[in-house]
Amino acid sequence: MQITPLGDSALVVELGDAINESTHLRVQTAWRALAAGALPGVSEAVPAYTTITLFYDPWAVVQAGAPADGIVEWLGARVRERLKNPPKTAKTKPRTVEVPVCYGGESGPDLGRVATQAKLSVEEVVKRHTKAEYRVHLIGFAPGFPYLGGLPKELVTPRHAKPRMAVPAGSVGIGGEQTGIYPQATPGGWNLIGRTPLRLFRPEENPPVLLQAGDIVKFRAITPDEFAKLQEARP
Amino acid sequence: MIHVLRPGLLTTVQDLGRPGYQQYGVVVGGALDAFAARVANLVVGNDGNAAVLELAQTGPVLQFSHEALIAWNGGDFDATISGQPLPRDRPVRVAAGETVNFGVARTGLRAWVAIAGGIDVPLVMGSRTTYRRAGLGGHQGRPLVSGDELKVFAPDERATAILNTLSAAQKRATAWTVRPETMGRQAPAGVVRAMRGPEWDWFSEDAQRDLFAASWQTTKEADRMGVRLQGPGLVLVKPREMISAAVNTGVVQVPPSGHPIVLLPSRQSVGGYPRIAAVAGVDIGRFTQLRPGEKVRFEKISLLDAQELWLARERDLARVQLGLARMTG
Repeated sequence: MQITPLGDSALVVELGDAINESTHLRVQTAWRALAAGALPGVSEAVPAYTTITLFYDPWAVVQAGAPADGIVEWLGARVRERLKNPPKTAKTKPRTVEVPVCYGGESGPDLGRVATQAKLSVEEVVKRHTKAEYRVHLIGFAPGFPYLGGLPKELVTPRHAKPRMAVPAGSVGIGGEQTGIYPQATPGGWNLIGRTPLRLFRPEENPPVLLQAGDIVKFRAITPDEFAKLQEARP
Repeated sequence: MIHVLRPGLLTTVQDLGRPGYQQYGVVVGGALDAFAARVANLVVGNDGNAAVLELAQTGPVLQFSHEALIAWNGGDFDATISGQPLPRDRPVRVAAGETVNFGVARTGLRAWVAIAGGIDVPLVMGSRTTYRRAGLGGHQGRPLVSGDELKVFAPDERATAILNTLSAAQKRATAWTVRPETMGRQAPAGVVRAMRGPEWDWFSEDAQRDLFAASWQTTKEADRMGVRLQGPGLVLVKPREMISAAVNTGVVQVPPSGHPIVLLPSRQSVGGYPRIAAVAGVDIGRFTQLRPGEKVRFEKISLLDAQELWLARERDLARVQLGLARMTG
């Protein structure tokens, strides 16, 4: 494990050097130990694929007892201590969240492109995409946007050279080896294969998202009629 | 009530940001110069995190339906009140019915306006900051437009005392000022201080030298998320892909084009470009005052120096805070 400064008010705790399941689990375990309130002067602990970034206020850390000329070392020592003796938390199984998706047609204009690329029928692409289990590695890029790991290799499809100006909210996309869901209408270059009627960003709820880092996602194919029925109102 | 007669170019409600939600992809945001916003709040007796207005280039025209105590700082706006120059960096009394015109910035780009009590907009995820991309927070999730009406919380006792004193003496403003620029130690004009970033070693020797030797020009690709700089291309020793991770305000990241981007408080929560450097926290404010086309140099300092500058500025602020508390009882 390495702890590296990121400017004068953040530290990066590195827990691996490749995106994989074991690193993800290490990040999740460490994150629970370092999350809110665990360290003095630290306002946020943000997990990503292989890292946890701690945001701190140097003044607050000094108020909490750190020497003015050794803030990073003092905080780093607290991090190591905390990770060596993590607080006991009940072992929780990851949440599995089912995400209904209307594949192809208007909802997924690039489904055919992905099928051609994979040398598979459209039906087979949907079958394989729904059969796989995906891990939410992190949420970022936009509020509620999940970076998912676990895309079957044959479905890997390069992004569009020219991004679309507007991708509808709820669109499920494939961008190279990555797959994700667009929570809001934004420009985007991923291949759109379907759309979910669920809202991924829910600012009125706590937590304000449908999916969180650590969750398992299963996609379920639905018809356009079901899509219309399940469509959640967007405030 | 404050009536927005003209909105200005990009006037938004901001506090010190919305930390705690980056794990859900929600940006922190907040006043681009958080220290300036804290000082403006302090001057009118507010909590440092009270909601203020942030102005950019062209300020708003605001009519106050009630008496108020306000303070502003930041860039050099030609602001007026009832046709007279509006004093800055100090508490100013606005009488019921008066109009404040913030004019345009003659130098600098942004300013912060605190109103005693703080702007009364709902807390969204613990903050009153405008989150434009998600259309929430601040005043209806967007910059101000003509016809908007802003409510203000009741002022603190200290603000009321200052207002009463000014009223009794028939004065517009206090003689004393509090200027964020005088706290801590300032870099020379046209310079911002920066330290090495996590991927410093990935960059060529030329890039490492150019970053601190070259004169950089800000481009029009600039907003509350970040500012792209024009100058010598910064190249890596060899092409390398980074695994996306959290980023920080002030981080200088370099996309494959070689043109660095300095990240500001409304940055995305996650980034994937190599980070050659990071601007010192105390110099973020100066950076946000740069207009498109303006030149800037980076001065290399150590992380320890950057933190010493941070602590020195906080010590100065704490002293001023104590002084004000004594003065106004």
